[in-house]
Amino acid sequence: MTTEKKSLSQFQIALKRFQRNRLAMVCVVILALFYFGAVFADFLSPYSFQNEDRSYSYCPPMKVQFFDDQGKARWPYVRGYYFTFDEFHKRIYTIDKFKKYPIQIFNKGDEYKFLGFIPCRYHLFGVDQPGRVHLWGADARGRDLLSRLFFGARISLSIGLIGVTISFTLGLLVGGISGYYGGKLDNIIMRLCEMLMMVPGFYLMLALMVIIPPSFNSLQRYVAIVVVLSFIGWASLARVIRGMSISLREREYVLAAKAIGVSDFAIVLRHILPHTISYSIVAVMLSIPGYILGEAALSLIGLGIQDPIPSWGNLLSDAMGIVRIKFAPWILLPGLFIFITVICFNVVGDALRDYLDPTLRIERK
Amino acid sequence: MDELLHIKDLIIKIKSDEGSRELIKGLNLKVGSQKVVALVGGSGSGKTTAGLAILRLLSDSMDVQGGEILFEGKDLLKASIGDMRRLRGKDIAMVFQEPLSAFNPVFTIGGQINEVLKYHTRLNRRQLQERLHELLELVGLPEPKRVLRSYPHQLSGGMRQRAMIAQAIVANPKLIIADEPTSNLDVTLQAQMIDLFRKLRNDLKISMVLITHDLGIVRELADEVAVLFDGRVVECGPAREVLSEPRHAYTSELTKIL
Repeated sequence: MTTEKKSLSQFQIALKRFQRNRLAMVCVVILALFYFGAVFADFLSPYSFQNEDRSYSYCPPMKVQFFDDQGKARWPYVRGYYFTFDEFHKRIYTIDKFKKYPIQIFNKGDEYKFLGFIPCRYHLFGVDQPGRVHLWGADARGRDLLSRLFFGARISLSIGLIGVTISFTLGLLVGGISGYYGGKLDNIIMRLCEMLMMVPGFYLMLALMVIIPPSFNSLQRYVAIVVVLSFIGWASLARVIRGMSISLREREYVLAAKAIGVSDFAIVLRHILPHTISYSIVAVMLSIPGYILGEAALSLIGLGIQDPIPSWGNLLSDAMGIVRIKFAPWILLPGLFIFITVICFNVVGDALRDYLDPTLRIERK
Repeated sequence: MDELLHIKDLIIKIKSDEGSRELIKGLNLKVGSQKVVALVGGSGSGKTTAGLAILRLLSDSMDVQGGEILFEGKDLLKASIGDMRRLRGKDIAMVFQEPLSAFNPVFTIGGQINEVLKYHTRLNRRQLQERLHELLELVGLPEPKRVLRSYPHQLSGGMRQRAMIAQAIVANPKLIIADEPTSNLDVTLQAQMIDLFRKLRNDLKISMVLITHDLGIVRELADEVAVLFDGRVVECGPAREVLSEPRHAYTSELTKIL
């Protein structure tokens, strides 16, 4: 017979084993850093996402210099650039030997609201005007790519979490209710789920996004993307939860709960869904990448978040021409970040599945 | 109207792929107030089904075909779902055979006893705590604080059964349906449980339907016995009479074996 203590300690054992899994722990740390970066994007980035200077269009990544021309150690600085045109009217950036801009810690720059409500002008680092610092290069309009990556993380990373929250609430409730009540209701709900799952996700997503009026502002668009992505994602979860719910409703404690007058809905919430938790945790982790990629795909083809608001997807849409990639390869960086994030979520989800396998938790008699 | 519970000609059918079959073929049972009525019978005789039918907790495959279940004069079979829900746990409570599976493993004992109070009473937090402590003392659980905080598996079998009973009586029900409450306990615990049930009847004036196949507990506790055989009550009367002078063949067989 199993009991909660066993499964609780099983949970703790799972946690310990998880912590011993180096790869998974590294991924957790990377994700934590990314989310930290997203939260404090205004402070960590040297510029606001809109700050542009056309004379730095496609400016290559600048190197931080620690020595002056004589080889003496100096406070880190970046060099100024000037540009000339080659015969194809392409800009050639050359280091300006006479301009050195020391990197200022807690530099005063664009105004923003720290954590959303404290007005602040300080950035972690920056250089004084007229110089500019583009550690990871700039885009076509001379906006700092590093800054835009930070701000893009806000959208790309939050969309996964919010989308997953919505679709899992929906999936758990619908699945739980469908399995618990059974009969006709179950039949109708499941056929609806299947209809939704029948349509290839990406095309359904495109069709739904096209409906959205172009007059929508960025926030409305953001909400629309989240809603569309969750709308596509909940059905498969609902099916699995329904199956678990069908078996859980036969447990004696469900009967006992009925016998003390608990309402049906409360039984689903309190006595059925908590038992699906280990499956749900794993499923959440493994489905977050889907939302991030979904947003990236939409933004890449221009149906998602619109410029000037950055997201990793629409930053990457800058890199759609081979010529641009050849002359400004740094604009591929957002792709790298999407890649790392997706891999990390998958590794963490996989590790959790190994240690939290629902079949291990099913009561052993 | 001296009966608390009066079951008249209850017929229950079970549906299966091969067609439907009568599981209970006209059950009659009267439970007076402050009386313990034992429902005795072999396995498959429909004891548990009858018990669940009183609370209308039968599974979907079972169907009440006819009869009446009068509780304080009202027919429970005609009551609305909302009325039934208010009645369950408040007026009629159930004690299950296996408390380990009847308690939800992911919540504490205290939380689950509280659930009953949450649905049926309007007590504030302090009153709830007082009620729970008083209750656990009544059912003979020492260290109420620790018990309330523990999970079902952390208690011993006897303690769990006591907690189960505490949950059943927390909202002052008039009737308890106890489905084989002692069959999983050892002999000394059984004796303690019998004492506890006696206390419930005498001190708290609770009536009981005692579903069991154990004639020992029937002798100790029951005022009346109804012997169930093949979906019918074949013999019914004061416990001492039925057990000492069985009139039906099945009853005499039962008394001989045990």
